[in-house]
Amino acid sequence: MKGYARYFSKKLVWFGITFLAAFLLNFFLPRMMPGDPVAAIVARMAQGQSNATGVQAIYEQYTELFGTNKPMLTQFFIYLKNVIHGDFGFSFSQYPRTVASVLKSSLWWTVILQFPAIIIGFLIGNVLGVLAAYLRGWYDRALMPLSIFASGFPAFGMATVLLVIFGITLNWLPTSGGYGFDMIPSLSWAFFWSVIVHYMLPFLSIVLIAIGGWAIGMRSMSIYELNSDYVKYSRFMGIKDSKIIQYVFRNAMLPQVTGLALAIGTMVGGALVAEIIFSYPGLGTTLLSAIRGQDYPMISAVTLIITMMVLIATFALEILYGFIDPRIKATQSD
Amino acid sequence: MKNTLKQVFHSGKFVVGFVIFSLIVLTVIIFPLIIKTDPLGIISQGSTQGSFLPPGIYVNVYDSIGVAPYTLMLDDAATKRIASKLSPDDRIAIKEWLVKAGIPENQIDTTDTKSLLDLWERNYDPKKQIPGMTFAKTRFYQRLNTSVQGVLSTEGVILATKNAQTGALEQTGTVKQTDYVNASEVPNVRLLLLGTDNFGRDVTAELVSATGTSLLIGIVAGLIATTIGLVLGLAAGYIGGVVDDVVMFFTNLLTVIPTIVILILISYSIGQEKRGPVVIAVVIGFTAWVWTARAVRAQVFSLRNRDHVSLSKLSGHPVWLIIFTDILPYIASYVIMALILQISTAILYEASLSILGLGPKTTVTATLGLMMNWAFFYMAPSLGKWWAYMPVIVVIALVSFSLNLMNTGLDQVYNPALRE
Repeated sequence: MKGYARYFSKKLVWFGITFLAAFLLNFFLPRMMPGDPVAAIVARMAQGQSNATGVQAIYEQYTELFGTNKPMLTQFFIYLKNVIHGDFGFSFSQYPRTVASVLKSSLWWTVILQFPAIIIGFLIGNVLGVLAAYLRGWYDRALMPLSIFASGFPAFGMATVLLVIFGITLNWLPTSGGYGFDMIPSLSWAFFWSVIVHYMLPFLSIVLIAIGGWAIGMRSMSIYELNSDYVKYSRFMGIKDSKIIQYVFRNAMLPQVTGLALAIGTMVGGALVAEIIFSYPGLGTTLLSAIRGQDYPMISAVTLIITMMVLIATFALEILYGFIDPRIKATQSD
Repeated sequence: MKNTLKQVFHSGKFVVGFVIFSLIVLTVIIFPLIIKTDPLGIISQGSTQGSFLPPGIYVNVYDSIGVAPYTLMLDDAATKRIASKLSPDDRIAIKEWLVKAGIPENQIDTTDTKSLLDLWERNYDPKKQIPGMTFAKTRFYQRLNTSVQGVLSTEGVILATKNAQTGALEQTGTVKQTDYVNASEVPNVRLLLLGTDNFGRDVTAELVSATGTSLLIGIVAGLIATTIGLVLGLAAGYIGGVVDDVVMFFTNLLTVIPTIVILILISYSIGQEKRGPVVIAVVIGFTAWVWTARAVRAQVFSLRNRDHVSLSKLSGHPVWLIIFTDILPYIASYVIMALILQISTAILYEASLSILGLGPKTTVTATLGLMMNWAFFYMAPSLGKWWAYMPVIVVIALVSFSLNLMNTGLDQVYNPALRE
């Protein structure tokens, strides 16, 4: 157990440091630009805002929230304190709603969409990849170019293609939103069904993109594994190929799990843009409307939450990795 | 070197990718030399058609009247003309009337223009009272009949001009139904291969220019990222110690924090005014070096203690010489592969940023991402204006596909285990 404890505590410390760094970036990046951020924000916003009381309230609230007249370090701690309490301030574009209340709903839409999509794409891609390495021949020759094509294809491109084919031309599935526009979220079957129907296209577009990249990686890994001594030995022993494939799959999966931990940030980024294409009510669409509405606090909060989601996912994967690969524990206990 | 190149060009994947990529680059270079119009010039005005003009050949109507006509006797000309003028709604209306007038429904085929009009000609009687039909509806059919008769007429159209003094119309000529002009004789013909976009700009020219800008962004960002990654990777791997710790600390941080988040924050902070294509490229370049640094470091680590490097050290060679002669040649193939991937990722990042509305400043240049952004902002997909966004997706996919293909080809050359 000592090995695990060391491994986990080390990862936890890293998680903390990365989170702190992300938080610092989120705070300091916009402030490194010349000028008073709050003044710039309010100046930008005042162009399109007709509600003078709103502008005034926002200005006061943000001078309070950011404390721009105080030294940078104090500002940082004020911001930190507010964020810990879940207080991201008012939204500029959706005043008087607070950022937290807007994000509370969109966060779950994104989690429900992306988490299963990324995992399922990962699994399907890996199975296809190991098969390509094992079967070779026409299957490999057909799958490889397709995978290269899919992995390089932008998520928003795939989303658009699916939208046009299934949503507009064939009219099988709805093209925008997370549920029917005539519905109110409730625990009814009709609502549930509507959510599922709206879920299909965004889900598919993320899965299809993901499959390609993982299939390529898994194919390379499996080819290395198939050439290794233990596979040759197993063949001499007369172990069935289906059994050998299982060994190969397990061993080749290990680096792939690390790969997933490293790639999850990129995948989430791509999927956020895919959300926009379908006007899916998740973080991506919220981010777009925040950018269009020059809604600075919203942008800041969305990016922070995305970073946090990715960090947690990476951390979880690393913990999982420690369990499935005992060698990790062994190296730690040295 | 020569041998390596030969080997690389024996890889089918690499060659296919290289050819596609070269064709795209050549198009970007040659197209503006032949067609010298402003790629972002607004050529179509939003009229009843809106600004999304569909792809096709646009022949100037005024000019084609002025050109001496040729007479062609084509059998199907009349049928085609009528078929194009009779809208689907009119066809259904005609069918409705005929059914009410007692014609069996199975005899009426709305897709066969000729037989439909024959039936209408034979049966329609404006005075006939159909029970249950409103007066407005009766009048509608009378008007429909008039327009059908107009379509069926074989006379030409009279051209008239206004007399400057009296203001009266004077006949200057007629256009017969059998008149044709040779499109090459009409002075103003414009081929809009991909129609126009929401602003009324020629999508073809815009797409070529946008591809050029996006490639430039990709190459600048790729070079910056690869250079930073290479330098940091070499430093960390070769010097080791504290330098390695510091570089790895930042590398590990930036691998986990999503690049897109950093890009969004920086692009937003720079502000719309200062965001040009080069600025975006530099920003992408400065955030995308992480993978290269990681991999270069790992490679240098394994090279550092090889015999030839030790020998070089013992011979008293300076560090830069060791790096240039004993280390770089061994990782060169890897660095080139990384550069290729960086270019492709940078193009995709630019596109993602632009779709989010954080791309380069909108009015001066077009990039592939901006074209997507505009197409979506003006709802091209739901309006069915495929030419505004599909070609963009195809180009992005082709660029990225060709670069990835080149990369896989190189990978197979340098990692023989992966070969088929």
